[in-house]
Amino acid sequence: MSDQGNKIPRRDALKWLASAAAAAPVLATGKATATETTAVPRTSTDPDLAKPVVPWNRILTEAELKTLASICDVIIPEDEKSPAASTVGVPEFINEWVSAPYPTQVADRQTIRGGLSWLNTEATQRFDQEFASLKPEQQTAICDDIAYLPKTKPKHRFGALFFAKLRDLTATGFYTTSQGMKDIGYVGNMPLTKFDGPPPAVMKHLGLA
Amino acid sequence: MPLITNSKTRPEYDVIVVGSGAAGSMTAYVLAQSGVKVLMLEAGRNYDPVKETPMFQYPKDAPLRGAPTPDKPFGFYDATVDGGWTVPGEPYTSDNGVNFMWWRARMLGGRTNHWGRISLRMGPYDFKPRSRDGLGLDWPMTYEDVAPYYDRVESLIGVYGDNQGLENTPDSPEGILQPPPKPRGYELLAKKACAPMGVPVIPAHLAILTRKQNHLSIPSKLHPDNPKAAATLAEEMKKRMACYWATPCGRGCSIKANFQSTTVLLPPAIRTGNLDIITDAMVREVTIDKNGKATGVHYIDRETRRDRHAVAKVVVLAASGCESARILLNSKSTLFPNGLANSSGKVGKYLMDTVGAKVTGQIPALENSPPHNEDGASSMHMYMPWWMYKEQKAGKMNFARGYHIEFGGGRRMPEAGVLKGLESETGGSYGKKFKEDARRYYGTFITFAGRGEMIPNEDSYCDIDPEMVDQWGIPVLKFHWKWSEHELNQTAHMHKTFAEIITGMGGKVTTPVETDGRKAIYKPGEIIHEVGTTCMGEDSKKTVLNQYCQAWDVKNLFVTDGGPFVSNADKNPTLTIMALAWRSADFIMDSMKKGEL
Repeated sequence: MSDQGNKIPRRDALKWLASAAAAAPVLATGKATATETTAVPRTSTDPDLAKPVVPWNRILTEAELKTLASICDVIIPEDEKSPAASTVGVPEFINEWVSAPYPTQVADRQTIRGGLSWLNTEATQRFDQEFASLKPEQQTAICDDIAYLPKTKPKHRFGALFFAKLRDLTATGFYTTSQGMKDIGYVGNMPLTKFDGPPPAVMKHLGLA
Repeated sequence: MPLITNSKTRPEYDVIVVGSGAAGSMTAYVLAQSGVKVLMLEAGRNYDPVKETPMFQYPKDAPLRGAPTPDKPFGFYDATVDGGWTVPGEPYTSDNGVNFMWWRARMLGGRTNHWGRISLRMGPYDFKPRSRDGLGLDWPMTYEDVAPYYDRVESLIGVYGDNQGLENTPDSPEGILQPPPKPRGYELLAKKACAPMGVPVIPAHLAILTRKQNHLSIPSKLHPDNPKAAATLAEEMKKRMACYWATPCGRGCSIKANFQSTTVLLPPAIRTGNLDIITDAMVREVTIDKNGKATGVHYIDRETRRDRHAVAKVVVLAASGCESARILLNSKSTLFPNGLANSSGKVGKYLMDTVGAKVTGQIPALENSPPHNEDGASSMHMYMPWWMYKEQKAGKMNFARGYHIEFGGGRRMPEAGVLKGLESETGGSYGKKFKEDARRYYGTFITFAGRGEMIPNEDSYCDIDPEMVDQWGIPVLKFHWKWSEHELNQTAHMHKTFAEIITGMGGKVTTPVETDGRKAIYKPGEIIHEVGTTCMGEDSKKTVLNQYCQAWDVKNLFVTDGGPFVSNADKNPTLTIMALAWRSADFIMDSMKKGEL
């Protein structure tokens, strides 16, 4: 294994440094803790963990983001417990993801951008409008055809692969927000003086009470 | 040149220690506490967990929600600096078809900043494996020889766990271990499922403080004849807090609740005034005099890229098993044409990693559980030690050595990949149904991971690649590897067992269960337990070091990392590395006093 293969490219590394430098004055004026920033030169393999920056530019167009927001909200719509995906920054997260320089994200970039175009082509062919402008039942008609790869018709296989990828990314984007964590009941990441194990209601639920 | 201590470097030191991880820091701690002047050389940068650890940060605040990348292979918040499977400008190579993975960290404290904190003692069988089953090699000492050092290390660093009196799973003396945390719900479910299988599920041993250490009593017990050392340790020990049950340990710990050398060993060692540390110092060679005694080391100052020479009476290599072997193999001279301390030809040989495999399951009993905080100590509270010693002894198994089971999952902090691939459970739901499914399935997936013993073999080793140097001009390592049937059969056994446990919990296995170990086993190096490259033994013709980690060929040269390991029991190596390093440091002190070095 050599180190040439999959590190961040040099041009992005330079951007990383530039963005870190640009971010510093903002942090210095904004937060008292900025004085604790170490004097270490930041690189992609040694980023400032306490003050993360995303050094790469976002590549999705306004039109792509509009389609993306629309299908993200079909996957995670608003309900009585939590808001829709687009209202908590999920399309912006997916833009960050597909714009990243790493091999996984570069592969996803093609799937997602290609998928968004495919979706609009499909929408136009079926309903003569782009996906974002369709009625909910029209959007559902398309999504039902691509929702589950094992049950997808051969002609929709790419659509299903795209949809599976997008659902995963939408879930990551959504359930890592405070609203998403609250929705599924993640209640940790808080300091406790002691760890008591599962409460009685949980023990009962597990049949261990 | 960065010097993290206030004093300036001395013209000569008693001891040079190469590396600042578990081994180097333990060596330096014991020696500096005894009044020895120590110079530590660390290849990476200075690092301060108190200031740099991202405590409480959420994945949402990190690029890509904290997902692993080639730059940060264990995720954005992982403590590792300039490292992982690759280090910029510092390549390594492998034989064709051998995809050895070598994890390195270029930072003060090395891999102790992010390690799993799992601290299991090797047992009596583990020191004499060849005597027991005729395979591999015996260690040149017994469990009883090392036990007092396990006691000391556990007391010093703080390890939670308890005593169960199980076969080859040693108890610690009363009062040494910290109380184990209460089990999580899924851990109790697994225990219930394992009982009819005869698999014990007991409190894990991890180097995490569940309560503050007693700084009034522990230091004086550790340094009974050295009140100054006890006082020095007490001052730093009282700065450590107990775990507050949040933030994954892999990020490091700013409140010093878990063990990393940068919070536990180096602060008291620096406080003695006897330890100087130079960071960004990439050691390439041990130098010798005309009589073949070590005189010091050459290193490259990473900032100026200039070669420097540091001088001492004793040299201790603690740079990691493979890196120390690399330094020795690169220390060629007319006296030692095959590399230093290598008259046996064994430097780089008998490289071992831990055998790894895993299976994940979905547990319906965990569905729709009332929300509750399962963070705990972030890693496991319970584990399964190896339980089939008798069957192996009776020749009923098709592999000779054991494994323990680590398991986790549950309602952990959502990060990149949360609920990924859920369509295999839901049949492809989206919309409001997907949100209901997410609530139902979150926290219901449990992964069981085996960590097994590999037997050393002649085909697994590292040597110098004659065709490549790193960016510092230092010849790089080439890795060679072969698993034996023992490891492959063991891996298949792991998969079968994990599937049984999942089924026993009423669950459904969601990842492939392989009957062919080749399809299930992790890549060599991937468990990050590289040991065995400078093995110790009783015969100077067949081994590199004696039982005190002293080179047979060069009496003032020692290796105290994983390299001296003769076998690689399923017990994770860090605790043993520290116990052996302490034992070696005592021997160095004793020998120095006698004028033997």
